[in-house]
Amino acid sequence: MIELALTTALALLLSFLADRGKTLAGLKKGARMFLNILPAMLVVLALVSVFLYLVPASLMTAWLGKGTGWTGIAGAALLGSISLIPGFIAFPLGAILVRSGVAYRVIAVFITTLMMVGILTLPLEAKYFGWRVSLSRNALSFAGALLVGLLMGIFL
Amino acid sequence: MKSRAVVFLKKFGFVLVFAAFIAISWITRFAGGMEIGRNFRVFFLEMILILPLMFILIGLFDVWVPRERIMRHLGPGSGAWGILWVVLLAMLQAGPLYGAFPVAALLWRKGCSVRNVFIYLGAFTTIKIPMLAFEVGFLGWKFSLLRGLFSFPVFIAIGFLLAFYLKNRQFEVREPG
Repeated sequence: MIELALTTALALLLSFLADRGKTLAGLKKGARMFLNILPAMLVVLALVSVFLYLVPASLMTAWLGKGTGWTGIAGAALLGSISLIPGFIAFPLGAILVRSGVAYRVIAVFITTLMMVGILTLPLEAKYFGWRVSLSRNALSFAGALLVGLLMGIFL
Repeated sequence: MKSRAVVFLKKFGFVLVFAAFIAISWITRFAGGMEIGRNFRVFFLEMILILPLMFILIGLFDVWVPRERIMRHLGPGSGAWGILWVVLLAMLQAGPLYGAFPVAALLWRKGCSVRNVFIYLGAFTTIKIPMLAFEVGFLGWKFSLLRGLFSFPVFIAIGFLLAFYLKNRQFEVREPG
């Protein structure tokens, strides 16, 4: 966050010193792109807020901790695919799961699907890539995430 | 004038309904709605802090980086180097997935190949350095190392697969608005 702010400030300063007009044009372009995507973004944030209320972290822990067999993995994959949890919640949650004895492959599948598959962000993704491509990308990522998670489980 | 109102409603209708729901929840002290409102505030703050900064960078990138350069380094025919550059670019970024879509759209408009656009998204979702640092802290370096190692061939393969599937299908990345 601080790095991003510093990078942006520095880039802005250099750009402004180099060419004032170009910088303003860039800022205008950026602002327009931001405003165009804002409505879809707010929809996604609203969906995520409702989802996190319906499935709070405590419930996730309970679900993931239940089965270490295929039901556990399926649950982890499903939960990971739907959720859009920021890293600052997901990783501490993962650490709690490790401590409470949940199998590593279940946690790995949860984390990989969480990162690679985004069902709640689909409405936004489709605005850029279209529904068919977005669905294909997420389906492929789901298969990939499952594979990565299971492979990790073998080595952890 | 009327059509403008319709456009506005179509764009923000859902958001308005959601806002009304949160407001009514607060008035009636409906615990569930208030909780959802608090969740929304956390995510909204994250977004409103990060995205404007990102879009400033995207706008500057747009005006300063010429299309020929992206075309040459990331375009069709950029080969293994193109993959390497696009992965590095993705790794250096931070923030949630929804911040990656506008960058992907910009890269595509500047001549980045379809394959590299999807490799960019794949790398962004899996091996961003700021996120890795955080992950190592909580789950250990072995976890992150294995995940990165196995993810790499997977998202490269996904890039190739999607590019192959989309060849001759007039695919384009749209910019909303």
